[in-house]
Amino acid sequence: MQLQEKIVEKVLFLIALSSIFILALITFFIFEEGIPLILKVGPKAFLLGQKWIPSKGLFGIFPMIVSSFWVTIGALLLGIPLGLACTIFLSELIPPSVGTLFRPAIQLLAAIPSVIYGFWGLIVLVPLIRNYMGGPGLSILAGSLVLGFMILPTIITISEDALKALPPSYKAGAFALGATHWQTIWRVLIPAARSGIVASVILGMGRALGETMAMIMILGNAVKMPTSFLDSARTLTTNIGIEMGYASGGHRQALFATGIVLFFIIMTLNTLAIFLSKRRAH
Amino acid sequence: MSQQSKIIIKDFSFYYTSFQALKNINLNIQPKEIFTVFGPARSGKTTLLKSLNRLTDLIFGTRHTGAIFLDGMDIYDPKADLTQLRRRIGMVFDLPTPLPMSIFNNIAYGPELSGTNRRNRMDEIVEKALRSAVLWEEVKDRLHTSALRLSGGQQQRLCMARVLALEPEVLLLDEPCSGLDPISTASIEETLFQLKKDYPIILVPHNIQQASRVADRAGFFLNGELVEEGSVYQIFTKPKDKRTEDYVTGRFG
Amino acid sequence: MIINRTRYLTQGIAKILIWTAALSTIAVMILILFQILKEGLPVLHLSFFLESPKEMGREGGIFSTIVGTGALTLVAIVVGAPLGVGTAIFLREYTREGKVSRMIRFGTDCLAGVPSIIFGLFGFVFFVIRLNMGWSILSGGLTLAAMILPTVISTAEESIKAIPHSYREVSYSLGGTKWQTVTRVVLPSALPGIFTGILLSVGRSIGETAAVILTAGSSLVMPTSLFSPIRTMSVHFYILAREGISMKMAYGTGAALILFVLIINMIAQWLISRYIRHRT
Repeated sequence: MQLQEKIVEKVLFLIALSSIFILALITFFIFEEGIPLILKVGPKAFLLGQKWIPSKGLFGIFPMIVSSFWVTIGALLLGIPLGLACTIFLSELIPPSVGTLFRPAIQLLAAIPSVIYGFWGLIVLVPLIRNYMGGPGLSILAGSLVLGFMILPTIITISEDALKALPPSYKAGAFALGATHWQTIWRVLIPAARSGIVASVILGMGRALGETMAMIMILGNAVKMPTSFLDSARTLTTNIGIEMGYASGGHRQALFATGIVLFFIIMTLNTLAIFLSKRRAH
Repeated sequence: MSQQSKIIIKDFSFYYTSFQALKNINLNIQPKEIFTVFGPARSGKTTLLKSLNRLTDLIFGTRHTGAIFLDGMDIYDPKADLTQLRRRIGMVFDLPTPLPMSIFNNIAYGPELSGTNRRNRMDEIVEKALRSAVLWEEVKDRLHTSALRLSGGQQQRLCMARVLALEPEVLLLDEPCSGLDPISTASIEETLFQLKKDYPIILVPHNIQQASRVADRAGFFLNGELVEEGSVYQIFTKPKDKRTEDYVTGRFG
Repeated sequence: MIINRTRYLTQGIAKILIWTAALSTIAVMILILFQILKEGLPVLHLSFFLESPKEMGREGGIFSTIVGTGALTLVAIVVGAPLGVGTAIFLREYTREGKVSRMIRFGTDCLAGVPSIIFGLFGFVFFVIRLNMGWSILSGGLTLAAMILPTVISTAEESIKAIPHSYREVSYSLGGTKWQTVTRVVLPSALPGIFTGILLSVGRSIGETAAVILTAGSSLVMPTSLFSPIRTMSVHFYILAREGISMKMAYGTGAALILFVLIINMIAQWLISRYIRHRT
């Protein structure tokens, strides 16, 4: 009996290490494929080079970095106000019974596959932008709009948790001092939940940076530095997603190298968010 | 005192990390008696009980000095079989805790753990246990319904039957009647009188009145110390220690 | 009292803005779903589900993609669920909060943040190439198992955490070992919650595209073994849309995809509400 118990404990311990193990495997193999290319081309040329022409061995991903950045900023410009508004709506402006209807709806929003969002963007948004604002329609603007929507569930659920975690005395105290409901929300509750809300935004940012399929469908495929929101573009993710199907040799390694850059940025952001929300818990 | 004591507690001290919950306890428990461990809250009574079946092992950071012997064998011996010990010393807790299963499965749980699985024998075991706990008549027609549907008193007797199904050698009862109405309490106490014929019982009573009603011998615990022990008659009418007297007469409580 | 009026004016405007924002969010979501379902539902005849794609998807149905999706998800669950539940059991029953558990949790949180394209790259180089499994149900399923692991772990942990400690104490006091207590008391009670977590993972797997394309391939042929390449519904949808093969088929596939995912998630939501009410 005792022996069986000891064996079970050891086996469970090994199982529990699986997530760390997988994370290590991912890191190892991505780096193993991509680092040689970064070293061969030179980190500066890789990160800052503006020309991506695989057939000529030119692997500069700066336009992709910039495009990722702009698409994400655009998504946040939409996602943060809308997300915050929905959070406040959920937690303060509606009775709890309506909330139990609204919240699953947000979960459903999160469950919809990204290809569906991309498809809708392609058939509705892209022509709209092309007809009313010019440009090819397949644009950073389209990407930002769709992406902003996709990150809403992330921002809403985590921000709502942050608000729910506040001691009720904050609200009661504010009212006791004669504040209106809105003043309480805007000047007391939101600032108090600040780190949780910021964490949600950072996680939303990570989510936005990592989105691939929807972006492939609506960003267009232009491998150049974007100059306006109406330009087509390629992000780090779409770079990988579009070319992985037919890349080989050094080209393929360059895509892995792109993956390394993406991985690094997102891991940093997520670790920051985790750190922030741990701090909030104290 | 000619028969050997069932349980011998010798110089036993118990610590929750740095807090000392039991201070140098020396106590013998005889077979076929009800010994009551009474005193104000936080005196170490539950700790003493849980030390006897080593449930305290579940808590991190505990340690002890001294020894406890069951039938002459050290229960803290590293080679001791823990599961055996816990079957020999059964415990009923202060809150009724039926497992989320049927009545039958609750009772069958203990024996199944030790390997009894012939369905036929199990029927007998369950019935015998329920009879000993004076619950059989009330539930015999609904053995396979959820135990959570029973009343508080019935649930507590279920917990007793659960323990009795393992045919333990000692019973530990930690305030078994707390939260129960007087009628259920009376039925539990009645059950205890029945059980006393076969098992040594260590009881933490709900109040002093219960202690004097039910027990043969008593030990007064205060702040982790066994202040005084003796027959129930002696302790409650002619206590030797002033602290015992103060508590028994209600000067503090 | 002018001051008072301004405060209330501000509040009024703010509340109107927020109501507008929230309602338009819901409106847009309904719009998106409505658009696809409107064009797609008419395509969903029984034959659509039971026939395989013909002419690269221009005609026929989506049967082989449904089979592919199912097979992939099955592999993911068969591998991912035990690993996830086992991790949760270890974290909650076999260790205290300390260095080891913190490290495991950190690893799980990080894994949860890895984007699917990176999983795709990993699955490609590790399963498809190095382990020589090729583009296959196995490669895709194992990659998906890694992706759903964090979700399974956290829902399983929550469910196990919710089991009252008294149940465990009772089991131990009756002579139960730790493993007996886990398998006979804790797990059976935590099962509804764990199942819900697995259901949510199924929903996620169905919608996953980037990682699947790089590891399971895109073959429309009915799979014959775990090593066959397959095309899932979401990949099929993506290819139809992007290559412009057939709008009608794309809408149909998209509608089917949405329906599957919505139904699974609604069942999961219902289970959660029923389970939570059941506990209290």
